[in-house]
Amino acid sequence: MVDSVKVAFSVNGKAVTAEVEPRTLLVTFLREHLGLTGTHVGCDTSQCGACCVHLDGRSVKSCTILTAQADGAAITTIEGLGTPENLHPMQQAFNENHGLQCGFCTPGMIMSATDFAARNPDPAEHEVREWLEGNICRCTGYHNIVKSVQAGARAMAQG
Amino acid sequence: MYAFAYHKPRSLAEAGELLASHDEARLLAGGMTLLPALKQRLAAPTDLVDLGGLADLVGITVSDSEIAIGAMTTHAAVTRNDAVATKIPALATLAGGIGDPQVRHRGTIGGSICNADPAADYPAGVVALGATIVTDRREIAADDFFTGMFETALEPGEIVRQVRFPIPEAAGYAKFPNPASRYAVVGVFVAKTAGGVRVAVTGAGPSVFRIPAMESALAANFSPDSVTGISVPEGELNNDPHATAAYRAHLIGVMARRAVASARNTSEGEN
Repeated sequence: MVDSVKVAFSVNGKAVTAEVEPRTLLVTFLREHLGLTGTHVGCDTSQCGACCVHLDGRSVKSCTILTAQADGAAITTIEGLGTPENLHPMQQAFNENHGLQCGFCTPGMIMSATDFAARNPDPAEHEVREWLEGNICRCTGYHNIVKSVQAGARAMAQG
Repeated sequence: MYAFAYHKPRSLAEAGELLASHDEARLLAGGMTLLPALKQRLAAPTDLVDLGGLADLVGITVSDSEIAIGAMTTHAAVTRNDAVATKIPALATLAGGIGDPQVRHRGTIGGSICNADPAADYPAGVVALGATIVTDRREIAADDFFTGMFETALEPGEIVRQVRFPIPEAAGYAKFPNPASRYAVVGVFVAKTAGGVRVAVTGAGPSVFRIPAMESALAANFSPDSVTGISVPEGELNNDPHATAAYRAHLIGVMARRAVASARNTSEGEN
């Protein structure tokens, strides 16, 4: 009954082709097939946002998308944003504003925040808090995350 | 998740054939409800028919009298659409309050109404605005579409193409969201239309329903105070861990007043 599905898309700018079981979730493919373990599985119920990646430029929860649904798309994960030597402005802002403690939610926070900041170069605090509805952090109490996103958005706007 | 076969049709006709030729096939729209259900093994279709390749089902078209939204249009696209924001701002508010930003990037209007979750937002807007649901074989009036909890008038294999919303004179939506899921504990959509005032409630009962007493009171005087004292019998309302029936009955009145107030403010703002 079950065939495999052929997919072709780009991940962090590199072309990827694969044949997967239809039920393979995108987050499973990224982590277990490509070894991109920066994308985390937190709740696995599309609540927490630790699995956020960009699909054609928009943040989505990769635990609730089939790999097959991403066929033809451009996917960006946290590994595609910056490097340890050359952090993305949003990563730098989280670093400088102490926007993380344990760090588990951070990749998802940053993928969500960069999507938001691309359209909101100088967001108000309440706008950031509303946007982060889909990202749960159990350490920080969010205050420093909000500061980080505001600073990161301004830094991104300055290029 | 149980195993299934995956199909991505290139036309609506092909999607219909795939549904017809597999007894246990399900349509996949945005997947924001179906995929979690599959992961919990609450559903076990043999085949998924992904509508994601059908560009005809995506998009918003506007005329003088109505806004038509393709079934595969995401909540994010609806809430960010200038025409929706200008002509039916309450619908933009509704779409922008579903789930969270990432869910709104995937979830679709067609998926929402076909699932007919008793706590979903869209059914309230669809019914209050007197929308028409266009399928691959007919048109269904909103009042006839939602038939019960997770039940619609759709026949087996029938596919929703579009939802057409007449532009109202004024409309407002207010909901009391569950703090975790953002599903409506109670949501009330009020619309002042050419055919009269319509009030539709989601979240409170097994399926979306109208409140005729509020509609006639608002037709006489479109003011928040008009609905004060009009209540819905608790016995007909949901009683669950999220809220008691008595609390929901109370919230219906509060949300109805807020919906009317926001409708008045919006229409005054435009004038």
